[in-house]
Amino acid sequence: MSSPVTGRRRVPITSTGIVFLVLALTLVAGAVLTAMSGRNFFSPGNISAILTGTSILGFIAIGQTLVILAGSLDLSVPYVTSLASLLAGVLMAGQTSNIVLGVVVALGVSALIGLVNGLVVALLDVHGFIASLGMGLILAGYLGTNYKGSAGSAPRDFRLIGATNIGPVPVSTLIMLGCAVLVILLLRRTRAGHHLYAVGSNREVARMSGLHTATPVVMAHVLCSLLAGMAGLLLLARLSVGSPTIGSQGGYDLMSIAAVVLGGTVLAGGKGNILGTLGGVAIFAVMDNVMGVMEVNPFLKDVVRGVVIVVAVAVYARRSAGQRPPRFQKQSLTDAALQEAR
Amino acid sequence: MTTQTAGRAPAALVEHQGSRLQRLARTLGTPGGAVFILVGVLLAAIVATNPNFGEPGSLIRFIGRTAPIAIAAMGQYFVIVSGEFDLSMGSVVTMQVVLSGNLIGQDEARILPVMLLMFVLGALVGLVNGLATTLLRVPSFIVTLGTMLALSGLVLYLTGGAATGNPVDTFRQIGRGGIRDVPVLEIIPYPAIILVVLAVGAVVLMRRPWGRTLVAAGDNPEATHLAGAPVWWVKTRAFMLSSLAATVAGIILVGYAGVHPSVGNGYEFTAITAVVLGGVVLGGGRGWVLSAAAGAFALELLFTLLNFVGVASTWRDSVQGVIIILAVAAAGKAWRGSLRPRRREPSPVTAPGDPRPARTPATEPATPHTPGTSAGDSGPTQPVPGSTTGEN
Repeated sequence: MSSPVTGRRRVPITSTGIVFLVLALTLVAGAVLTAMSGRNFFSPGNISAILTGTSILGFIAIGQTLVILAGSLDLSVPYVTSLASLLAGVLMAGQTSNIVLGVVVALGVSALIGLVNGLVVALLDVHGFIASLGMGLILAGYLGTNYKGSAGSAPRDFRLIGATNIGPVPVSTLIMLGCAVLVILLLRRTRAGHHLYAVGSNREVARMSGLHTATPVVMAHVLCSLLAGMAGLLLLARLSVGSPTIGSQGGYDLMSIAAVVLGGTVLAGGKGNILGTLGGVAIFAVMDNVMGVMEVNPFLKDVVRGVVIVVAVAVYARRSAGQRPPRFQKQSLTDAALQEAR
Repeated sequence: MTTQTAGRAPAALVEHQGSRLQRLARTLGTPGGAVFILVGVLLAAIVATNPNFGEPGSLIRFIGRTAPIAIAAMGQYFVIVSGEFDLSMGSVVTMQVVLSGNLIGQDEARILPVMLLMFVLGALVGLVNGLATTLLRVPSFIVTLGTMLALSGLVLYLTGGAATGNPVDTFRQIGRGGIRDVPVLEIIPYPAIILVVLAVGAVVLMRRPWGRTLVAAGDNPEATHLAGAPVWWVKTRAFMLSSLAATVAGIILVGYAGVHPSVGNGYEFTAITAVVLGGVVLGGGRGWVLSAAAGAFALELLFTLLNFVGVASTWRDSVQGVIIILAVAAAGKAWRGSLRPRRREPSPVTAPGDPRPARTPATEPATPHTPGTSAGDSGPTQPVPGSTTGEN
């Protein structure tokens, strides 16, 4: 799948371009494989299924992109998703009049969790991996203690969000794309977005340039948790009950990180964009769909996913190492010393 | 430059000053030493609530129970101190547990060949992880995430997701048996013996050139590369050791928990938690291997204490979460604090090649050492940018 990409290493093409090239290849391969199973890949039903598959991971991956761009990580997203679905479900309790209350409380709590994550990362200087792993464990303990199983119920009006389609496009995917556009605008057009990139690529330089290094990191974590909360609400709309295990079952923490990195964002931060992430999410959704149509064993799906992640990222990593123009290459301290010695 | 360094050397190494007792006290002040105090405090608290736990017999059994996670933590330590992650540990444990169940069965003659196969496969997983991280330059987080998905998927596919097979009892004795009729202790569990042997081996290994190079590679991969060390091979061996440690943990766990595809679930995060609790810095370059093992003991003691105090087991996760955040925050402050006196020394002749930079390599400071000429011709000795190996 990836060999044609390696062949083009000399062509100046952005990493987002590669992502969409891979996506196109996946689509072609998917169409061929689906046709071989005697089905139509581009039937409205199938396209709708693929787009539905992108929406939940899409929400979480957009948030995860922000956090990774800021040079941090968020492993607490699955628990935030579960918590949001439970809180909203229990508060709504089947009453249409309670929808607003449920949504506001669920998103508010999610944002609060993100705020704590961000403050721990930015002010206490705890690695994002540990801070969010710890937060995830705290939430897991809370969920395990207070909820023995599914709880709450979503009113019919709220369930419509998960069930309505406009043409072949589900409303949930449209909401996700709307969030993506907002985040893209945030990153490209606002000062906060530029600061986010600056802090993520080199915090020390950003600090010396007079930025508040804490603000972008906290903002990224708050938005990430907020988007995870929205994913939880969407799951509630689909399943009509809140579930304490829905997030961890989906493995959204590691899968979202994989989608972000598959989308060409550098795991160390400061480089990448939302479009690439959407491409990464779409690649996963198409792969899932094709393997579903071909009735691949669900456990083998994980094997394919794992291999694709490593191979795809290996392609980007090789490419970016070979293509960076020399003047942008950071000259190391030791190198400079050696040159002076000569 | 060399004369400066030589003249400064005796004064610079604070670690080698003072009496033995002073040095011990100073070590206990670092995060890597403080975890031993934590273990002591937790042990005292447990004995206070439940005096039976303090008896030698039950203590040695506790050590035996904790051995697999401590061994896994030591394996994870090698990877973390070199600045990488190993998320595939849990699936390696699962793979080994399922393999032993399926292949050994009730045939004692197969124990040795199958164990050999398990170790070879373990080393192979580590080799793949290491080579993909170092040569393909994929962040280790992603590589080991991929191996984790692929391995656990493969194992579940092969077993159909259900428990299969049960290895012969002789094999399970490794995990659950021990030397009986010992005077004071009643029994010395085999896992405890394995743990001690491996701990001694790990300490020796970290004092040998490979261990020193590994820590250096975690602290500053570029400098280590320029010093002539094969960073890629050093790190790859760390990954292999990590997977081998997971293999040993798996063999012990078969004895305890039996064969089930969920045995290794979440082992990687528990091991990372233990390592971090032991004061080892994520991003590499700092920490002691025995502190990682002590971190595992602190974690298990904490759970035991919560049990005795009567906290519901569902809160275990929450407590674990709070503890690791607090431990890392405190350790960060302490490591930074321990560096401060060094800067106030009377003659701070810090050459650019100072062997102990004041920062972790993750935040490469933009110091004003500008290159004399343009960097266009970096020549054939272009350094391998180790920063592509996923600090975060």
